[in-house]
Amino acid sequence: MAEVLVLVDHEGGQVKKNTAELLTLARQFGTPSAIFVGSEVEAARPRLAQFGADKVYVVDHSDLSDYLVAPLAEALAAVVEQAKPAAVLLPASPDNNEAAARLAVKTGSGLITNAGAVEGSEGDVTTTQSVFAGSYTVKSQVTTGTPIVTVKPNTVPPKAAQAGATVVPVDFTVSDAAKGAKVTERKPKEKSGRPELTEAAIVVSGGRGTGGDFSPVEGFADTLGAAVGASRAAVDAGWYPHSSQVGQTGKQVSPQLYVACGISGAIQHRAGMQTSKTIIAINKDDEAPIFELVDFGVVGDLFTVLPQADEAVKKGRS
Amino acid sequence: MNIVVCVKHVPDAQSDRTFTEDNTTDREGVDGLLSELDEYAVEAALQIVDGDEGSEVTVLTVGPGQAADAVKKALQMGAHKAVHVSDEAIAGSDAPATSLVLAEAIKKIGNPDLVLMGLASTDGTMSVVPAMVAERLGLPQVTQVSTIEVNDGSVSGRRDGDVASETIEASLPAVVSVTDQTNEPRYPSFKGIMAAKKKPVETWSLSDIGVDAGQVGLEASWTKVLSFAARPPREQGEIVTDEGDGGTKLAEFLSAQKFV
Repeated sequence: MAEVLVLVDHEGGQVKKNTAELLTLARQFGTPSAIFVGSEVEAARPRLAQFGADKVYVVDHSDLSDYLVAPLAEALAAVVEQAKPAAVLLPASPDNNEAAARLAVKTGSGLITNAGAVEGSEGDVTTTQSVFAGSYTVKSQVTTGTPIVTVKPNTVPPKAAQAGATVVPVDFTVSDAAKGAKVTERKPKEKSGRPELTEAAIVVSGGRGTGGDFSPVEGFADTLGAAVGASRAAVDAGWYPHSSQVGQTGKQVSPQLYVACGISGAIQHRAGMQTSKTIIAINKDDEAPIFELVDFGVVGDLFTVLPQADEAVKKGRS
Repeated sequence: MNIVVCVKHVPDAQSDRTFTEDNTTDREGVDGLLSELDEYAVEAALQIVDGDEGSEVTVLTVGPGQAADAVKKALQMGAHKAVHVSDEAIAGSDAPATSLVLAEAIKKIGNPDLVLMGLASTDGTMSVVPAMVAERLGLPQVTQVSTIEVNDGSVSGRRDGDVASETIEASLPAVVSVTDQTNEPRYPSFKGIMAAKKKPVETWSLSDIGVDAGQVGLEASWTKVLSFAARPPREQGEIVTDEGDGGTKLAEFLSAQKFV
C-alpha cells in the first residue's frame, strides 16, 4: 500500500489530538507516515506509533522556524518526492494551509483546505467542506497530482493501531529563495488554561452586549470547561484578542455546544459557528438574527442570566 | 513605488448563493461586489503611496464581464488604473489556475514592488491564492498580517497566530496579504467617484498574458466538485424571555441535553 503523509502538529514533541485524528483518517487510503518538523522526535514517537505511523520522516532544520511558510513547503516537497505518497494530510491552520498552497503549485497537485470530513479508499480521496458561510456542504476530489488536504479538528475519533514509527531522517536544505520572509520577532501568546477554540467541545462567546466586560462569559466558560470566543464587534472594540474571534475572518468553530452571549448574529459571525451541533443564545434584543439558529434562546440581559445559569449548573453538580 | 492590488468580484454574502449545473458558483443574476476583505488591501496600498506622486496603484481582477464592477470601487477609492483579465476559458478555475492567471498578469503589468491582497475572498475563503502567487513569482510572502509597514525597500507586518504573534520582514518585491485588522477602508468621495470614470481599465484575454486556455478553467483545474447540498435549515428551538428565571431555565436545558 502506498504511504499517506500526515504532518504532525506538536508543541515540543507533545503530539496534538488532531494528528491522531489524521493518522486515523490516513489508514483509509494507505499506510500512514508522519512528517515531524523539529528536534524532539523521540518525545513524539510513542504517540505516533500508537496511532499507526509506520515511518516518521524527520525534518530538523532551524530555518523552518526562522522564515515564514516557504521553507516548510520545500520540506514537504522533499518528503513527497521521497515517499511518492497517495495523499498528504495536514492539520488546517493558517501556516499549514499556505504551505499546502505552495506545495500544490510545486508538485502540480490539487488542494482542498479546511475539510470537515475525508473519506474514500486507496486512490480515491473525497472531502467534504462547508462553504458559503456554512450554508452548503460540498463534496470534492483532487483530480491531478497527489491529493493535498488540510483537515479541521474533530473530524473523527482517533483510533489506536500500533505501528513501528521508524525514524527516517530527511536530508534537505532550504533554498535562498525560501528565506525571503524572515521572522524577526516572536512573542508567544499567553496561555489561558482554557481549551483551544477550534478544538473545544464547548465554546462560550461574547459580543457587543458584554460592553467590554467578559467576566460573566469567562466565568460560565470555566464552569462548563469551555473555550472563550468573541464576535468581530468585541474584537474591533479591543475587548478581546483577534485570535479568539469567531467568524468569517476569524476562527471557524464546530463544537458540540455554542453559547452566544450578547451577539446579534451577523452573517459574518454565523459563518464561523453555524455548524455547531447545539446553539444557545442570550440577547436582550428578541429580534436578533442569532435566535433563528438556536436550539435554546433566552431574551434577557447576559449580566443576570449568565451568573444565574452558572450558579444553577454548579448547584446541580454539588 | 508600483503596487498591484489583486481584488475579486464576489457574490454578495447577504444574497442567496447557489451553484450551476457544472458545480461551480453561480455568478449570473447574483448581486456581486468587491470582496469586502479586498478593501483592506486597497486601503493599505493607498496609504503606502499617499502623497508620493511617482507611485502608482494598479488594481487587478480576474473574472467575467461583471467583475469590472470590483475594480470600479477600488478606482473610486483612489487606485490609479485597473486591469481586468476576462476570458471565457477561465470560468470554473480553482485556486492554482487562478493564481497562474494572476501571476502572469502581474508579470505583464511589469514586476511591481509590492503585490497586495486581502486575507481571503469572501466566497471561496481558502486564503491560499497569495501564497500560490508568491510561489509562482518566486517572491517572499508576508501574508495574513494585521499591520503593514514599508521602508527602505523592505516590508514588514505582524502575523497573529494561535501560538505566537510574529513580526515578518521581507525585502521588496514581495507578496503581502492583509487582514481586516489592518486599517479602516475609506469610502469613495464624490470627487473620487467622478475621477474614477476617467481612469483607464484595460481588459486582457488569456492570450494577452501568454496563458494557454488549456491550463485554466474547469477542465484544467486540479480539483473537482462532485456534489453540493444546501445545509438543512435549523429548526428554531425554544426561546424564553427572562422573567427572573432565564438562567435557571438555561441550566435546565443544559442538564436535559446532558451538557452538565
